Amino acid sequence: MVSGSRRKSIRFWLNDELVELFDLPPTLTLLDFLRLNKRLTGTKEGCAEGDCGACTVLVGRLREGGLTYESVTACIRFVASLDGCHVVSIEHLRGAEGQLHPVQRALVTHHGSQCGFCTPGIVMSLYALWMENSSPVVSEIEEALQGNLCRCTGYSPIVRAALTASEAGGQSGDMLVAERAKMVEKLTALQDKRRVEIRNDEGGIILPADVNDLAEVLVENPHATIVAGATDVGLWVTKQMREISPVVFIGHLKQLRLIVADEDAVSIGAGVTYTDFLPVIAEKFPQLRAFWSRIGGQQVRNMGTIGGNVANGSPIGDTPPVLIALGAAITLRKGDKRRFVRLEDYFISYGKQDRDRSEFIESISIPYPGAGEKLAVYKISKRRDEDISALCGAFRLKLDEDNRVAEISIVFGGMAATPKRAAAVEKALLGKEWNEANVSAALRAFGEDYQPLSDVRASAEYRLLAAQNLLKRFYLETIGERRELKRGAA
Amino acid sequence: MNKVTHTSVAHDSAEKHVSGRATYIDDMVEPACTCHASLGLSERAHAKIISLDLETVRGAPGVVAVLTEKDIPGHNDISPTGLNDEPVFATDEVQFFGQPLFCVVAETREQARRAARLAKVVYEDLPGALTIAQAEEAGSALVTAPLTLRRSDAEKAMESARHSLSGTMEIGGQDHFYLEGQIAFAIPGEDEDVTVYSSTQHPSEVQHMVAGALNVRSNAVTVKVRRMGGGFGGKETQSNLFAVAAALAAKKLGRAVKIRPDRDDDMVATGKRHDFVVAYEVGYDESGKISAVKGDFAARCGFSADLSGPVTDRALFHADNAYFYPAVELKSRPLKTNTVSNTAFRGFGGPQGVLGAERIIEEIAYALGKDPLEVRKANFYGTDSDNITPYHQEVTDNIIQRIVDELEASSDYQKRREEIVAFNKTGGIIRRGIALTPVKFGISFTATWYNQAGALVHIYSDGSVHLNHGGTEMGQGLNIKVAQVVADAFGLSLAEIKITATATDKVPNTSATAASSGSDLNGMAALNGAEQIKARLVAFATEKYGCSANEVNFAGGRVQAGAEGFAFADFIKQAYMGRVQLSASGFYKTPDIHWDRDKGEGRPFFYFAYGASVSEVSIDTLTGEYMVDRVDILHDVGKSLNPAIDRGQVEGGFIQGMGWLTSEELFWNEEGRLMSHAPSTYKIPLASDVPRIFNVELAEWSTNPERTIKRSKAVGEPPLMLAASVVEAVSMAVASVADYKICPCLDTPVTPERVLMAVTRLQGAGGR
Repeated sequence: MVSGSRRKSIRFWLNDELVELFDLPPTLTLLDFLRLNKRLTGTKEGCAEGDCGACTVLVGRLREGGLTYESVTACIRFVASLDGCHVVSIEHLRGAEGQLHPVQRALVTHHGSQCGFCTPGIVMSLYALWMENSSPVVSEIEEALQGNLCRCTGYSPIVRAALTASEAGGQSGDMLVAERAKMVEKLTALQDKRRVEIRNDEGGIILPADVNDLAEVLVENPHATIVAGATDVGLWVTKQMREISPVVFIGHLKQLRLIVADEDAVSIGAGVTYTDFLPVIAEKFPQLRAFWSRIGGQQVRNMGTIGGNVANGSPIGDTPPVLIALGAAITLRKGDKRRFVRLEDYFISYGKQDRDRSEFIESISIPYPGAGEKLAVYKISKRRDEDISALCGAFRLKLDEDNRVAEISIVFGGMAATPKRAAAVEKALLGKEWNEANVSAALRAFGEDYQPLSDVRASAEYRLLAAQNLLKRFYLETIGERRELKRGAA
Repeated sequence: MNKVTHTSVAHDSAEKHVSGRATYIDDMVEPACTCHASLGLSERAHAKIISLDLETVRGAPGVVAVLTEKDIPGHNDISPTGLNDEPVFATDEVQFFGQPLFCVVAETREQARRAARLAKVVYEDLPGALTIAQAEEAGSALVTAPLTLRRSDAEKAMESARHSLSGTMEIGGQDHFYLEGQIAFAIPGEDEDVTVYSSTQHPSEVQHMVAGALNVRSNAVTVKVRRMGGGFGGKETQSNLFAVAAALAAKKLGRAVKIRPDRDDDMVATGKRHDFVVAYEVGYDESGKISAVKGDFAARCGFSADLSGPVTDRALFHADNAYFYPAVELKSRPLKTNTVSNTAFRGFGGPQGVLGAERIIEEIAYALGKDPLEVRKANFYGTDSDNITPYHQEVTDNIIQRIVDELEASSDYQKRREEIVAFNKTGGIIRRGIALTPVKFGISFTATWYNQAGALVHIYSDGSVHLNHGGTEMGQGLNIKVAQVVADAFGLSLAEIKITATATDKVPNTSATAASSGSDLNGMAALNGAEQIKARLVAFATEKYGCSANEVNFAGGRVQAGAEGFAFADFIKQAYMGRVQLSASGFYKTPDIHWDRDKGEGRPFFYFAYGASVSEVSIDTLTGEYMVDRVDILHDVGKSLNPAIDRGQVEGGFIQGMGWLTSEELFWNEEGRLMSHAPSTYKIPLASDVPRIFNVELAEWSTNPERTIKRSKAVGEPPLMLAASVVEAVSMAVASVADYKICPCLDTPVTPERVLMAVTRLQGAGGR
């Protein structure tokens, strides 16, 4: 990193305007910027925590293979993280001749709005889907809308609209598609590979130039808050009004978004989002495919990172149980020094992780399940999609030739102060024959492993009972009795 | 040109909604130096305020003013009942966790929010009751007078009944979760004037509350609302607080003041649907026919009355749902608790009454080993006999049998039920259930004087029409329905009708847009206004063109006067030149209704709306998770003013009701703090919760026998109660583990936890 070569502004494209900001608080959200600074009031605030989707906009970023637009929730997206991006708000959406866009037209035709407040966000989520897939099926539409709440319509007319949006006009009639090549040029012109550093009364913003620079920045700023997708930190700001300055943004670092698939394991940079990782899930961990779409809503999966989910140490994060069950390890880096920690050792106690000041998670290595190993993860929540786990259990099992348990990992979130292995249950099963009697006998040990709490999501009693039943379910699945609820399985 | 009423025209704002150009209050251009306010909220459920130190708040960056009850020139009260039990700002005592203590005004919203957290409050805790059980134990007061409905001698009939059973059901509350939160924006005017833009269903009440707090006459206060981003009852009275705070600050500072609470504050500080504990006793015979019902409806009302009186009344009015109770005694107990004051929510107590009725039916069915549908049919109101309600109103428009018969056939209920029973017999982890439940819902405000409405119709000399009425638009499509009626009255296209913001200076003394009454009342009032102008135009035409009145015709954008025909605009120009008054205020009051609350007798409802639904679910007996697989609905909206809009109300109402009964769980901790205070913790349905098979039909043959607007029926609330079938279908799936011998008696919401615990309980009771 060449010191002195620092930029003191954030630059991005907003619709068809180049924005350059020299003086902004690190916690300025995109939603406030749109509504208060730019008076682009089509984007609404419904919850200020990324859960309702009324503030959905698209953010385009240059990635390997071109310019990718993703839906995000502007309410918890910090403006500083948009450097080098193209932000598209509802005001920019229209057909090539200024008429309503096919997605918008279809919503009008199918009576898809009532009070209209969620509608711009719904339009943007459907638009993001439409760009990728203009003839979606119902399940794809539902998935695209997991992060959008509508309280009036009951969604049916919205889904009907999305099903027919393709009939209202092809992609050639879309402004973003038509102008994509030009926007690639414009965004390329913004890439100067410099560190961005802005200091003002309201704090500090640092966008390191690359990962080595990040390591340097964190040594220089040991108290900095690291922000990747901001799906958690965003709420520290909008809900708790916490001071988080200086803030080091890492979402733009290409090295942290690398996915390297080796023979035995896949290594991912800490900035890999749930959406980025989906193709690997589909290919290498098909057992996790359905679960993966139950993490947050589409916008949260587009923004949130696996590294962040691990780093924040939450006992109810979705990914740690299954990553621990798979034997994942993380690389922690401080300056030039790296150390490797088994993920299960990273979580020390509630709110405390094995991460030093100035240290950051650089990558996560996730072994593939071995041949013949059984892997499953079950998430239980009040609402099936876009909810936080009441409990989440991950199971990995290796049987020997005599149908005895050679290896077993059982890990739960939501059952203790950290994501935690069921050591006593595992011990009760290890070496035993994998049969119903032994599984039933092991259930008792859950009480040794977990003393869960009662809270807004579930009672302690339910958590313990459901956790035991999930082991039963896992057992039944391993003997070929796959019984699960299916959408549309009437 | 064809008429536009009874057609599926789009919501008038649809294109604005989808393009982000519909203006909500927070989108309005702000005058220079607009300030922003935030409320400081109590952190105790019940406590004496020993001291309230606001110095740090005053000294915080950007703070312009801090208001407490001392800054209220008039009444420190926003109780809609006049009971004077709901202060704007708490004074000596706080009565729920989240009660407003003060309001801080700052240059920016963020500054106001930050400052609001800096108050130093010393409390001395007082004993309190958070739940219905605690309130009963503590012998808590009632927030308002209870109601008893009685017909025949229930006690005696119960004693002589062949069978009887009793039980209780806990029914949870519900947050409105309107996507646009509460908001008010006040702009001071000259003298004592103030204009308040409020996201409210009840502009006139906001006007009166603001006037009362400011100690000015109502004619100094103008309240306007163009549209709300959802209301659902949550903005019937709950907007008052915010409007009053903004107006107080605006008048004090001489600056425009906006208040838009964060979602968390909104959910903590505003009322919700009442939770109830319903205790019932029923006498019946072998066929399942009911001979006597006794019901006790205890409601968690929160710390003040708000609308709890009429809400608990309406619970009793619907404790019969669609069933004839030969002898009945129903009592309400609106209990005071140290929680936020519960309020109106779509159905207004009716849904809790309906759930109680359906639970009684379900219990009888399990006790007799029958399909609950058979028991339902045995107890439906008759048409000529067995048609007197517990409040002594005769049901004269009953169509429930036809609705249920048609739905039973179209949904293939019997065959599917057999198949499900067979499926469950095979055992296994996944169990299924199916249920058909009816709805009969009474239409009219039970506060009889509310059943009036006004409208204001102008035709400008260029022929364009300005339409205004006292109803508010919250997404339900009221404005387009009223515009359809007015367009047809003048023979114009909808494009000629300008829909304008509801404003207290255009139509005074309006009722809340509530009780599903919006288009019934305002449609009639607007039609009345249009007809007054039309009558003048006809008189003008007959005089000028020497034709008879019935030779004057308004159609297709033209006016025909005998042999002469004109474009509407040209004819209006003539009328203007002929000095015809082209403006009228319309009025309507619902006829033939009366209600004597003390006696518990009368005809509170002008008519009833009917519907039924069939839900099918599958549950996972290992975890209690479940899915609603299929829903079929047949619903009665009379002769629909706009079938697409009405269908939207039916679909949306059902899903909202389903949310209430399934995933939406309000959770207060032991201190009385609401822990489900945002969408991260409070889960309303998503697109992926909607049944994959969702067949919704309007009963096209239905027409309102009463003379309502174009013979339509109200549609806002009734469909919400169709979701009762989801609970009962889940119940059937649970009951299968004990061979349907035991009624699972699920409380609501039926979370996965409740389902699993019920499965476990039934398995323990000899199930498999």
